[in-house]
Amino acid sequence: MTPLRVSIIGAAASVLLILVVLELIRGRRLKERYALLWLATGVVLLVLSAWRDGLNTIAGWLGATSYPPAVLFAVATLFILLVLLHYSTVISRLTDENVDLAQRVALLEHRLGEVERRAPSEKERIAQ
Amino acid sequence: MSRKIVAVVPAWNEAGAIGNVVDEIRAFDPSIDVVVVDDASTDETASVAEAHGATVLELPFNVGIGGAVQTGFRYALEHGYDLAVRLDGDGQHDASELSRLLEPLERGEADLVIGSRFVDRGGSYRPPFARLVGIRVFARLVSILGGQKVTDTTSGFLALDRPGIELFAAEYPHDYPEVEATLVALRSGLRLSQVQVEMRERESGSSSITFVRSLYYIVKVVLALLVARLRRYPRLEEVRR
Repeated sequence: MTPLRVSIIGAAASVLLILVVLELIRGRRLKERYALLWLATGVVLLVLSAWRDGLNTIAGWLGATSYPPAVLFAVATLFILLVLLHYSTVISRLTDENVDLAQRVALLEHRLGEVERRAPSEKERIAQ
Repeated sequence: MSRKIVAVVPAWNEAGAIGNVVDEIRAFDPSIDVVVVDDASTDETASVAEAHGATVLELPFNVGIGGAVQTGFRYALEHGYDLAVRLDGDGQHDASELSRLLEPLERGEADLVIGSRFVDRGGSYRPPFARLVGIRVFARLVSILGGQKVTDTTSGFLALDRPGIELFAAEYPHDYPEVEATLVALRSGLRLSQVQVEMRERESGSSSITFVRSLYYIVKVVLALLVARLRRYPRLEEVRR
């Protein structure tokens, strides 16, 4: 059986995670798009912590009957891996986009310089 | 009265439809400046739009519909337009209905006018059941959270006055933006008005909402709405001051 104290602490930690994520979205420090996986993590861990029979059953399927809370750790680890993997793909995309932007700024600055050199300056135009 | 009006048209791979869209807007009123925001299309969308007389803003990479639309609103803000309308680049919005959207703005009765398919019971739009349920639920949710009855929150057919342009240039959600933007407008104190419009079937291209993305769409929008209700938005009166 899962010790009651583990269930209580697990549930409390999950609720805390959910609240922190929601507050981060509210304060615009986290976009919904990147919050969904964290919220899913919180909800799944909350369910597994609070639903003690369920945790024991799943532990039975996985052969972790001697210490069911191990399932909590396993699930938490799995979700953290998913979040990290997701962020790696996001960072990769941002890297490409960032390089693209830098290249465009360089090309635009060059083009602007060319245009400015060719066009008569404001002073010359007024003098004409 | 000559007010400067800009039509913002987001487009992603709509080379087959965009020419017609631009022509229709110009036919409705040649004094309207058409700005096509090309969200990194891989087809000829940008050159076709330009050939038909539109100003084209080409995004360096795909930023999604919300980011694309907001680019247009920021253009409107920078270039001092009094009114802005938004139509989709796929041709589903009928430019000849723009007069109905602009009317409440011209009379100074609204800051944001949304073309809704459900103001009248007699509207001809009959979506598939699942989509209708989604549209109804979102409309209900926004009505409750925003404190005003809204009939169609997924419509991308809208018109804005200057305060509306200022708000959306600063605050516009980036993916699946329409539902949340409606609530943001209400929470900021924009006066919202809805007029009945018909929408056409898509002329070409394919809808950006596939079945696989529907779940993400629903979860993201509901979450965004609930959080938006907890946020404090600058009230319009403060912006105007």
